[in-house]
Amino acid sequence: MSTRASVAVDRAGRGRAFRGVLLRELHGYLITPVAWLFAVIFLLSAGAFTFYLGAFFERGQADLDPFFRFHPWLYLVLVPALAMRLWAEERRSGTLELLLTLPIRPWQAVAAKFLAAWLYIGGALVLTFPMWLTVNYLGHPDNGVILASYIGSFLMAGAFLAISECLSVLTRSQVIAFILALAVCFLFLLAGDPLVQEPLLALGSSRVADALASLSLLAHFEAIARGVLDFGDVAYFVLTIVFWLTANVLILDARRGG
Amino acid sequence: MQRLRNAMIQTENLGKRYGRFDAVAGLNLKVAPGQVLALLGPNGAGKTTSMRMIAGFLRPSSGRAVVCGHDVVRDPIAARRALGYLPEGAPSYGELAVAEFLNFAARVRGLTGITGARRIDEMVERLQLQPVLAQTIETLSKGYRRRVCLAQALLHDPPALILDEPTDGLDPNQQREVHALIRGMARDRAIIVSTHALNEVRAACNRVAIVAHGRLRVEGTLAELEKRSRYHHAVSFRAPASALACELLERQPEVETVEVDPVDGRATVFPRDGGDIFPVVVKLLEEQRVRVEELQLERGRLEDVFLQVTDAAFVEMEVAA
Repeated sequence: MSTRASVAVDRAGRGRAFRGVLLRELHGYLITPVAWLFAVIFLLSAGAFTFYLGAFFERGQADLDPFFRFHPWLYLVLVPALAMRLWAEERRSGTLELLLTLPIRPWQAVAAKFLAAWLYIGGALVLTFPMWLTVNYLGHPDNGVILASYIGSFLMAGAFLAISECLSVLTRSQVIAFILALAVCFLFLLAGDPLVQEPLLALGSSRVADALASLSLLAHFEAIARGVLDFGDVAYFVLTIVFWLTANVLILDARRGG
Repeated sequence: MQRLRNAMIQTENLGKRYGRFDAVAGLNLKVAPGQVLALLGPNGAGKTTSMRMIAGFLRPSSGRAVVCGHDVVRDPIAARRALGYLPEGAPSYGELAVAEFLNFAARVRGLTGITGARRIDEMVERLQLQPVLAQTIETLSKGYRRRVCLAQALLHDPPALILDEPTDGLDPNQQREVHALIRGMARDRAIIVSTHALNEVRAACNRVAIVAHGRLRVEGTLAELEKRSRYHHAVSFRAPASALACELLERQPEVETVEVDPVDGRATVFPRDGGDIFPVVVKLLEEQRVRVEELQLERGRLEDVFLQVTDAAFVEMEVAA
């Protein structure tokens, strides 16, 4: 076999390994109760929050702001719950050894797991389409803003997911993985909020406070949800995802050395 | 042909260090096609750590491991393609059905379509997994789970195999099946099997390596190791009323000592300097008109060598400390 041909075979083989893990993970979501629970609770509470807390009807405005406003808080709890098993369970049950001795590179395993979970969340998000139908039936909303909000929501879910997946690799316990992810996601969500900012300002480190504020997931999401798909905001989410997935690969790799 | 003659699994000074503790140190192994190496050793001797390094799960702290010419650290994907690996405890995804799990392993290995399906069918048949194909793995017995994971290791028909305790939890019939499977595959493959069952060594392996405290203590063919046993060339017999004969035997110049098992009354005559004492024993028993129920020339006992080697290693560690 010529070198070129063998490289081609190699690439095809690698793609298959990635797809293999991706399909297994997706399949896992379809057969495990935790994933269905995620979808059902997400859909129910998204609806409930919109109509009760968001006062969808009372506002008398044809937009989905009351719907998207609660997404960060739903994700804050649900995404760590969905992602906590990603690595912790593999470590606990010993399948990590199986996975990492298959012909697949660590980054492929990390990315395949991430993509499968992200697609699953995306599916749940798509299932909120009745909300969009309702608001279009009742009035004439700016569908551009709604689309931007959906994209923002999906990106934010990706950021939460990347953080949660990365923290899941630190422990064998799903509970610890969940709590860690919840705490870190909360910090990132509220990085621009007085809750986080005031203690930092009190310590006199306004630079740190400013830097942290610019990392606030909530601020970037709200910017997109206003209907402006700014390059900076999108880049922020993409970079956050890439950063945490890279950290995930590095931690996974470091564990083999230890 | 050249490739076939070379070692397919090779380690050079392979070592793994945790802080100041050497889990494995200076391990040199060579396994060629046709060889089935039994890796023996007490718990914590470094067997699993060594296997994990060769399989590419743990990164060595020193030395290197090569599978079919591919360094497991520098060329991990090629090395893993050439290797079938059954990890300790035979882990698998419990929420999947057996067929789904095997499909997953086949896909990741690049075995798709008809080839993949045929390989899966073959493994299902050889490991007798038909009855449980549709069952989720977490509901299976320990024996089935082990065989499912074993099937995963063999799916891609690898030239090199590492099996960490392949028969743990299997009943005697299933153990025999797995031994036959290993022997059948051995012809053109290099295989390393770790085990605590010493009878497995004779049933499935043709080479033995004993590790203790992270170091390789002895390595050789089964016959070579048995020679190290004090039972090598000993003669054992069972005969009622043979006390006098035993006493007379002990006085023979070729005989070192005679031991009588207090439980079953079996007498074992040990030769001096490994000499051939079988004729001497037979002649004396005939002269004394002892009615012998059973007489056997011992090949040497692996168990005995195992204890000898690991005890010596233990003493060595104590002295060093």
